[in-house]
Amino acid sequence: MAIEVRDVNKSFGTTPVLRDVSLDVAAGSLTALLGPSGGGKSTLLRVIAGLERPDTGTVRISGVDATRLSPQRRNVGFVFQHYAAFKHLSVFRNVAFGLEIRKRPKDEIRKRVMELLELVHLEKLADRYPSQLSGGQRQRMALARALAVEPQVLLLDEPFGALDAQVRKELRTWLRRLHDEVHVTTVFVTHDQEEAIEVADTIVVLAGGEVVQAGSPGEVYDNPANPFVMRFLGPVTEIGGSLVRPHDVEISPDPVEGGAPAVISRVVRLGFEVRVEVEIGGHEAWVQVTREQADRLGLGPGDTVHVRPAPGARSLALAV
Amino acid sequence: MAKHVLRVVAVVYVLFLLVLPVGLIIWRTFGDGLGPFTEALTSPSALHAFKVTLTVAGWAVLANTVFGVGAALLLVRHEFPGKRLLGAFIDLPMAVSPVVVGLALILVYGRFSPFGGLLESWGIQVIFSTPGMVLATVFVSLPLVVRAVVPVLEELGDEQEQAAHTLGASRLQTFVRITLPGIRWALGYGVVLCLARSLGEYGAVAVVSGRLVDQTQTLTLFVEERFQNFDQPAAFAAATALALIAVVTLLLTKLLRPKDRIDGN
Repeated sequence: MAIEVRDVNKSFGTTPVLRDVSLDVAAGSLTALLGPSGGGKSTLLRVIAGLERPDTGTVRISGVDATRLSPQRRNVGFVFQHYAAFKHLSVFRNVAFGLEIRKRPKDEIRKRVMELLELVHLEKLADRYPSQLSGGQRQRMALARALAVEPQVLLLDEPFGALDAQVRKELRTWLRRLHDEVHVTTVFVTHDQEEAIEVADTIVVLAGGEVVQAGSPGEVYDNPANPFVMRFLGPVTEIGGSLVRPHDVEISPDPVEGGAPAVISRVVRLGFEVRVEVEIGGHEAWVQVTREQADRLGLGPGDTVHVRPAPGARSLALAV
Repeated sequence: MAKHVLRVVAVVYVLFLLVLPVGLIIWRTFGDGLGPFTEALTSPSALHAFKVTLTVAGWAVLANTVFGVGAALLLVRHEFPGKRLLGAFIDLPMAVSPVVVGLALILVYGRFSPFGGLLESWGIQVIFSTPGMVLATVFVSLPLVVRAVVPVLEELGDEQEQAAHTLGASRLQTFVRITLPGIRWALGYGVVLCLARSLGEYGAVAVVSGRLVDQTQTLTLFVEERFQNFDQPAAFAAATALALIAVVTLLLTKLLRPKDRIDGN
């Protein structure tokens, strides 16, 4: 295991932020810490980096107990949401910082920095200053800077949180590819389930300072441990006292076994998918169908249809 | 209409309070050409006063720079009991009259106080000597560096410092390579202000120095003493010199002031 967190507790004042958190991160993996804001995920990441000290519990990095080690000695790469670029240093000097601290020879530094700048596609901007870069470029610089010291683990705290949607999507894909190239054990914090599912190979869901579930994206999406995780990882709707994914609901004009009659209140066409809002016995639900399906069934407001969870689909019974 | 009235009031105010007095001093100084001016400033007493002023101001600025940066870091980056009290104490010299400062220093370090007596028995004379004048000057110019650095340090945040730590930098390396460059303009501004205040200090230094001519006489004390002894050319020449130094420092502060904002992006 690259990172082993055991029974970590941390409070800020009287507010507990992490409660008995234990976590294993496999070497070479790309793990997402996913959860709502205030769930403790950033604090956990900072505990791993040594930027926060846990009240109790231990952190081992590559088998070494790092609980009492300062961040300086942990050899982790940390990327901040707001880049934490060294504003008075050029892009080159930013990336070179860790190597200069380690007193590496000048030509070795030069070679390594240029390699990294090529990796993050900033080789042409080496002499610029951070203030002359866009947000996405700054974050790539921060990533190169963190990678320069060949960290045992790379930690990213909401790395794309401050970027606009377009750049965010680009950088996501790019981070995944980068990880496939560099293979450094990576943990990143996000509150965006889509980002976690798309990029990570393991997702750890944190809420209220506790680990709620950990597993592969498919596992967490398909077998959520509780209604909270199910709601957090994707759209849900409530049919017959169960939580179901709206795309796992069958809709038909004729009565079906196990189906409930529903009245369509609205049909919203969102490109290739169609969102059908229905009312079942006084409460609202919605079903996601394809355009082709909607056209074939001729769905329109006021129609009565029959809905049921698709056979074999995962659903969670809600406690009444 | 109101705008014009305000403008006239402002101009008259500045004219009578600043332009007229300073202008008169400069006019009196250079009334008979440059000769008397240089002559008055190169007399042994004047040169000695220059030297004393520079020595005292130099040490005071050095002490306040080190203390100022340290106190600013403490106030911005750390939580500790008594933090608000420290902040209030740092502003105290703004409120206390320099004469009171001088008297207080004599009470603590004077020959007839226990502590001053002890130092005296070790051969260290504080009052009526350079150390006392440095202490007095340090006290009156104490807040200037701290108050210049604190807001910039707050704006800078500590993420850059944390990033440097994770990259393997020690506390000292982080301070020298990251924090100091981040506050350099504000620090320069504070140092220049502190220097200006130190050069111009009169009250506290007057009390603790004993005003010994050719020994503990600073430039401001020299001006006053020459004036009292009807040596107006020397008094005006030294006053002009002080005013010129003030103008230069003022220009320096103008140059330094806005830089961190631009850097800050």
